[in-house]
Amino acid sequence: MSSTIAVVDYGMGNLRSVSKALEHVVQDGQRVIVSSDASEIADAERVVFPGQGAARDCMQQLKDLKLDEAVLQAAHEKPFLGICMGMQVLMSHSEENQGIDCLNLYPGDVRAFSDSALKAQMQSLKVPHMGWNKVAQKQSHPLWSDIEDGNRFYFVHSYYVDPEDETLVAGTTEYGIEFVSVIARDNVFAAQFHPEKSAHDGLQLLKNFSRWNGQP
Amino acid sequence: MSLAKRIIPCLDVDNGRVVKGVQFVDIRDAGNPVEVARRYDEEGADEITFLDITASSDDRETIVHVVEEVANEVFIPLTVGGGIRTVDDVRRMLNAGADKVAINTAAVFNPEFVREASDKVGSQCIVVAIDAKKVSAEGEPLRWEIFTHGGRKPTGLDAIEWAKKMVEYGAGEILLTSMDRDGTKIGFDLPLTRAISEAVTVPVIASGGVGNLDHLAEGVTEGLADAVLAASIFHFAEYTIQEAKQHMADRGIEMRLSDRYV
Repeated sequence: MSSTIAVVDYGMGNLRSVSKALEHVVQDGQRVIVSSDASEIADAERVVFPGQGAARDCMQQLKDLKLDEAVLQAAHEKPFLGICMGMQVLMSHSEENQGIDCLNLYPGDVRAFSDSALKAQMQSLKVPHMGWNKVAQKQSHPLWSDIEDGNRFYFVHSYYVDPEDETLVAGTTEYGIEFVSVIARDNVFAAQFHPEKSAHDGLQLLKNFSRWNGQP
Repeated sequence: MSLAKRIIPCLDVDNGRVVKGVQFVDIRDAGNPVEVARRYDEEGADEITFLDITASSDDRETIVHVVEEVANEVFIPLTVGGGIRTVDDVRRMLNAGADKVAINTAAVFNPEFVREASDKVGSQCIVVAIDAKKVSAEGEPLRWEIFTHGGRKPTGLDAIEWAKKMVEYGAGEILLTSMDRDGTKIGFDLPLTRAISEAVTVPVIASGGVGNLDHLAEGVTEGLADAVLAASIFHFAEYTIQEAKQHMADRGIEMRLSDRYV
């Protein structure tokens, strides 16, 4: 297996920041590639699955580029890091765009902050949830190594995941409600925030990922 | 509620160089955007905004290289404004490593551009910059209008209605500058900031008029801004960003603090 970290490129947003941040923290001999090639993703030692934009477009692009299977395969067998939309589409379904079926790795929904039921609690909170917010660590995990519980990361999103299985939850954040900002199971770790934009702690998390063997 | 309010230093860049005299005694080249950005990152800036004021469109490409270079080394959100007129301009900045682009005059002349851009790249990447000036006379109910060309040309557009419209068209954030206060150092136009912040559902960045740390705090406590933008008080090293954050935190505002910052 190569010592390559593949950043999955499916045309959803700018991946330069993700790859540059990874290049900043990898060890000698590790290589970062940005790829939309299923075989390159299959050959990589670690996979980063970023994404931004709308759920509908993300799922469409993944299917058009025939990368949905490659992403799921990677999530089953090697160290895998989902970021932002790359976390959300791991769930079974999103409420965005009048309802979108997602990759269904984990049962659960992706919900809107602006939902009418929530609105009363949200009051004057702005959407998107944009800026630096605290992440409470809910599992001890190799990717939290050298990152203090409760430190802030950079978020920008209007939807959040609501997994059915509570044992997936590895981090939570408060924004009007307490929502799940990190999930982790086996070789998969996925965050709603952007580690590549979260200064020192974000780089630390990427560094931890670049050295992680996929064991929780 | 634990989302921190943000402090955003703003750098004017002309032909690839930081202008309006950044004055740090201890950095080698205060005209170099990468060095200045790195310094602000070390001080704990929550984001950095670059405003490209390059006059000649031939030289616009230089800001792309600036963004690339900064994004290679500084891992906090970057916004670029100035001269963004087409979806291609937007994409070029995002591909260079910007996280958001600020659209100003082009939105006034062609509001559909905001809709088109946010459809293509997502609202989270689109900041609409609003330059507003008070037009109501003494004793009248407060009213502000949108001005272009550095505050010289009125458009007749009501600032609050315009902000709402821009959000409807897909703005993910509003960068609000009071043209009455810009450069005055007497503080934000707080009634304007508050009026816009209460009128829209997206975050509002207050800008124009900061002269001291209390002004920054008031932008949040009285103006209800989600973020505050300032240039000169940081460039001239009157205050570090860390000092500004500590001051705001002392006034009860939630901030991102760390003993790592200088």
